[in-house]
Amino acid sequence: MIEKKKGSKANLIFALGLVVLVFVLEQLLPSSSMLLTVIKKSAIYALAAVSMNLLNGFTGLFSLGQAGFMMIGAYAYAILNVPTDQRAAVYQYFDGGIIQFSITEGISSVLGNVAGLIIGVLLSLVVAGLVAAVFAYLIGLPVLRFRGDYLAVATLGFAEIIRAFFQWDKLGPITNGSNLLRKFTNLADFNIKNSTGQVIINLSTTILVLIVAACIMIIAMMINSTYGRSFKAIRDDETAAEAMGINLAKHKMTSFVVSAFFAGIAGALLAMYQTTVQAAPFKTAMTYEILLIVVIGGIGSLSGSCISAFIFVGASEWWLRFLDEEKYNILNTHILRSGFRKVVFSVIIMIIVLFFRKGIMGENELNIAGFGRWLKRLFTGKKKPAIETEAK
Amino acid sequence: MLKITDLKVAYGGIQALRGISLEVPDGKIVTLIGANGAGKSTTLRTISGLVKAASGTVEFNGQDITGKPSNQVLEAGIAQIPEGRRVFPNLSVLENLKVGAYLRKDADGIAKDIEWVYQLFPRLKERYWQLAGTLSGGEQQMLAVARGLMSRPKMMMLDEPSLGLAPLVVQDIFKIIGEINKQGVTILLVEQNANMALKIADYAYVLETGTITREGTGLELLNDESIKEAYLGKTKAAK
Repeated sequence: MIEKKKGSKANLIFALGLVVLVFVLEQLLPSSSMLLTVIKKSAIYALAAVSMNLLNGFTGLFSLGQAGFMMIGAYAYAILNVPTDQRAAVYQYFDGGIIQFSITEGISSVLGNVAGLIIGVLLSLVVAGLVAAVFAYLIGLPVLRFRGDYLAVATLGFAEIIRAFFQWDKLGPITNGSNLLRKFTNLADFNIKNSTGQVIINLSTTILVLIVAACIMIIAMMINSTYGRSFKAIRDDETAAEAMGINLAKHKMTSFVVSAFFAGIAGALLAMYQTTVQAAPFKTAMTYEILLIVVIGGIGSLSGSCISAFIFVGASEWWLRFLDEEKYNILNTHILRSGFRKVVFSVIIMIIVLFFRKGIMGENELNIAGFGRWLKRLFTGKKKPAIETEAK
Repeated sequence: MLKITDLKVAYGGIQALRGISLEVPDGKIVTLIGANGAGKSTTLRTISGLVKAASGTVEFNGQDITGKPSNQVLEAGIAQIPEGRRVFPNLSVLENLKVGAYLRKDADGIAKDIEWVYQLFPRLKERYWQLAGTLSGGEQQMLAVARGLMSRPKMMMLDEPSLGLAPLVVQDIFKIIGEINKQGVTILLVEQNANMALKIADYAYVLETGTITREGTGLELLNDESIKEAYLGKTKAAK
C-alpha cells in the first residue's frame, strides 16, 4: 500500500515535470513549431482516448460515439463563447443567432480580464462537458440495454445522426447550421501580451496540457476508486459483479456519462485549438482514430493511451510528412507522392498490432518509481529482487 | 434463518421448480443434492434475486426477500458463490476481495476482514498481486469463497464448489467450508458430489426435477439405500 502511494507521488511529479518542460519548450520554440502543434493535438487526443478507454477498456462497453460527444462539447463551448459584438458577423445568415451572451465575456466584465478569462474558460469547459453528459444520459437510457456489437452500432448511429442534426438549417440560430463558428475565446488568448500587442510569454500550449493533465488525473482517480473496481468487475463478469451487489445499469450509465463528459471537454479543447468549429470533421473516422490510439496504447491502460496519442499524432502529422514529398525520388519511381504517408502509416499500425497484441502498455500503467528502480538496476547491474518483480 | 415456502420458478414454459419448501436453521450446514437439471442452481439464483419466482416466498430472518434485487439480498446477509467460480480474471486477488466488499463502507472492517480471509486461505495472501485468471482452479475456488466472505454474510450459498477440481483439492475446500461454518456462518451448499456434501451437512434435501423427494440429516441420507443407488454409486466400499 505504501509502495503504491509513493508511486503515485512520483507520477504526479513526473506529470508536473512534463508541464514545465512544455512551458520551457513553448518559450524557446517559434509558435509555428511542429512540435508544439503535435503536443497540442496529441494532448487533446490523449484526453479523448482516455475517456474512451474508461468506457471501452475499463467497463467493457464497446461504444463508438466518441466523436459525437466531442462535437457536442465543441459546439457547446463555441456557441457560449462568441463575443456579443461578433455574433452578427458569425451568424450572418441567421440574423446574429438567438443566443446573445458569451460566458467568458460576461465573467470578464465582473471579475476583470485575467480572472474572467481563466474562470470563464474553465466554466465553459465544464458546461461543454455537462452538455455532452446530458446527451449521453438520454442516449444511454435506451442504448445501454445493448451489449457488444449492438451497442457499438447503436452509438455509431447516434454520432452520425447528431452530426447531421447539428447541421440542420432550422437549428441555424443556435448552431449556425453548416457554417463555421468562429471568433470565440481560444488558446491564443492565454498568451500574455505587452501593451503593443506583442506576445511576451507563450502560454497557449501549457494551459492546454495543464487542463488535459488535470482531467486525466481525475479519470485515473476514478479508476482507482471503488467505482473503477466495479467497472472492471462488470467488464470481467457481469453476472458475478451483480452477485457482488453491483448495480449494473447504474454503473454502466455512470461510466457512459463520465466518458461523454470528458469527451465533451476534449471536443471543447479541440475547438479552442482549431479556433473554428464545424460539424463536418467530427466523422466516424475521428472515432476510429481515437479507437486506434486506445488499441495501440493498450486497452485498459491510461498512460498507454497518452503515449500512443503522442506517437499517433506525431506520426500522422509530422514525422511521416517527408513521404508525401516528391523531391526524394527513389530509383526513379514516383512512389513518394501525396498520400503515401498514409500507406506507410497503415503498415506501421499493422506491425504494432501484430507484435504488441495487447498494445504498447497492455493493461499496465507507466510507473515512474518502478522505471527509476529499473534504471538503477540497469546501471548497477543488480538483478531484480524476487518479491518486487510482480508487485503492482 | 432461511425459510422457503412453496417456491415455483419457470423459465418460459419450462417449470424449473414445482413448489419446493425448505429451511436452513441458524449456524448449520444444509445441503441440496440432485442430478443435472433438478433445479439446484435455480433455487440459489432465486434466493439471491438473479431469477424471479413465479410464486412462493423466501424469508430470511423473518424478512420477506422474495423478488428483491441481488444487492438488497446481499445487504440482508446472504452471499452467493456462483457456480464455476466466476472470479474476475483481469483483477488481482486483492482487487477481487475488495469488489467482494463492494457494499460495505467501513474501511477498517474491510482491512481486518482481508486479513481474516488471508488466515483462512494463506495461498491467497501469497498471491495477492496475481491476476485471478492466472490462479489454478482450486485457488480460484478459494478466492471465490473468500470474495463471498468479504461481504460479512450471515449465510453463504455455495453452488457446486467441487466442480472440476481434483479430489484432494475438493477435500481442502470442504474442510474450509466446515471451518467457516464453525466461525458462525450458516451454509447452504448445492452439490453433485453427494458423498462429500452429505458427510459435512447437518441436514440435506434431495431435489428431483423441481420437487423435493427426500430429506433428512446428512447421515440418514448417506446410509439410505435408494440414495446410495441414485447418487453415491451402489458399491460396498461407499460405506
